[in-house]
Amino acid sequence: MNSVSEDILRIVSDWKGSFCGAYSIREDGRSISRMDSEHVHIKPKTDKPGLDIYIDDDAKNETISIPACVTHGDVDDLVYNDFHVGKNADVTIIAGCGVHTDNGEPARHNGIHRFFIGENASVKYLEKHVGLGKGDGRKSIDPVTEVFLEKNATLEMETSQIGGVTDSHRVTNGKVAEGGRLVIHERLLTEHDQRADSEFSVEMNGDGSSVDLVSRSVAKDESHQDFKAVIVGNASCTGHSECDAIITGHGTVSATPQLDANNIDAALIHEAAIGKIAGEELLKLRTFGLTEEEAEERIIRGFLR
Amino acid sequence: MLELLNISWSVPEGRKVLRNVSLSIPDSGLTVITGPNGGGKTTLAKIIAGIIKPDSGRIILNGEDITELDVTERARKGIAYAFQQPVRFKGITVRDLLEIAYGKNLPESELCMLLQKVGLCARDYRDRYVNSSLSGGEIKRVEIASVLARNARLTIFDEPEAGIDLWSFTGLIEAFQEIKKSPDRAEVIISHQERILSVADRIVIIEDGMVKEEGLKDDVLPHLMPTISCPVKQVEMGGERL
Repeated sequence: MNSVSEDILRIVSDWKGSFCGAYSIREDGRSISRMDSEHVHIKPKTDKPGLDIYIDDDAKNETISIPACVTHGDVDDLVYNDFHVGKNADVTIIAGCGVHTDNGEPARHNGIHRFFIGENASVKYLEKHVGLGKGDGRKSIDPVTEVFLEKNATLEMETSQIGGVTDSHRVTNGKVAEGGRLVIHERLLTEHDQRADSEFSVEMNGDGSSVDLVSRSVAKDESHQDFKAVIVGNASCTGHSECDAIITGHGTVSATPQLDANNIDAALIHEAAIGKIAGEELLKLRTFGLTEEEAEERIIRGFLR
Repeated sequence: MLELLNISWSVPEGRKVLRNVSLSIPDSGLTVITGPNGGGKTTLAKIIAGIIKPDSGRIILNGEDITELDVTERARKGIAYAFQQPVRFKGITVRDLLEIAYGKNLPESELCMLLQKVGLCARDYRDRYVNSSLSGGEIKRVEIASVLARNARLTIFDEPEAGIDLWSFTGLIEAFQEIKKSPDRAEVIISHQERILSVADRIVIIEDGMVKEEGLKDDVLPHLMPTISCPVKQVEMGGERL
């Protein structure tokens, strides 16, 4: 593993020289290290790049780490990872990604992750994205996440793009069966002339299903973000989506919510708030001795936590 | 010592809010500023904190002219100001706010003590966001705790009693008295509250943008009662004393 990968792993997956539990480390388009655990089995796909990750029924307290690193320019990495989570399992999956380029050439990672989550299983999915390196080379991360929740299954997804990514097109789709619960918390930071699109589409198909989608984003400088969320209620269900964005400098954000209630007992809510940091928030922190810039930085840090 | 020399300020539309106010706040002890609503008390506090720039006059802190210093610089000189209307934030927790005020990470015991002083249980509140999920009374108490966390040379509380229940108010009075006992900390409270007036060392009455009277509590308090008249017409009903 090269030193850039080590830096990326430290940022996106809290790597401290090793992982606890099953893992697969991907570097510049190939798997460089892989480990199974007693209840987690990682198999390379034979028809395309990527992995099938099988998590046994009833597996508990397992952490699976699937980070991907692009360490130099002129790399266009595409990977298909499928997670097959057994019934009653309760696991954490960490799938961070970093792209690094110094030589002016573009670097891109496109991870297509599908989650097939069995009855009564519960998954916590952590996904952190970062762009690193100097020069003008574009740093692109285009993650696609598809979630299929069976009866009473839960996925809690924490996804964040914490800076440095020049272009990002993020797509998250979900289908939720009876009693299933999908929770998505997204954090997005764009600076300079970066662009980020984030699209969500979730169908609730079973009675008692729910989705809670909260996106918090900060668009600084000249950057732009697009947020689109479609929530479809096809059963007796509850859906909530929220886009809360801070803009600074000449940053711009566009939010487009769509709620489709196709059942009389579907209860769907959307909230959106976009604006600059209120002057009184900055003023209050200045009365504690912070400069205006320090106050803004502190509020953004808390907001994207 | 803080000295205000001939401070005047008008709203942009022209109405004079402060007219040639001169005032000294000693290095220690509790000065309560009181007087009718709209008299200019909050404006005066904001001028001390640097939030409002006076049209004329000078502000001298420990011999240094701080009139041209901004909010940040004055905070760093040791001025702390608790807003009358606390600010709600995006993304700042109670712990964050207190730690920003304190200037570094707060040990758990300190955090508990600060929140306890304002009648809040640290376990229930430290990770709460300082946003609209807090009630008016809760956010007011967090505001006061954050200013207590600063341990500032000069601390100004603007109507701290507003929204505070009677039970917590007793704890607050104790916190104010603790600052008052410190030999090198000055405390200014803007208030109409009788219990706060009763623990003052000095009282200043601001009315119509001017200092109507100032002096030791025992000298000023007797003249004050007619100024703060009860707005409700009371009717004697007779009967037994309960």
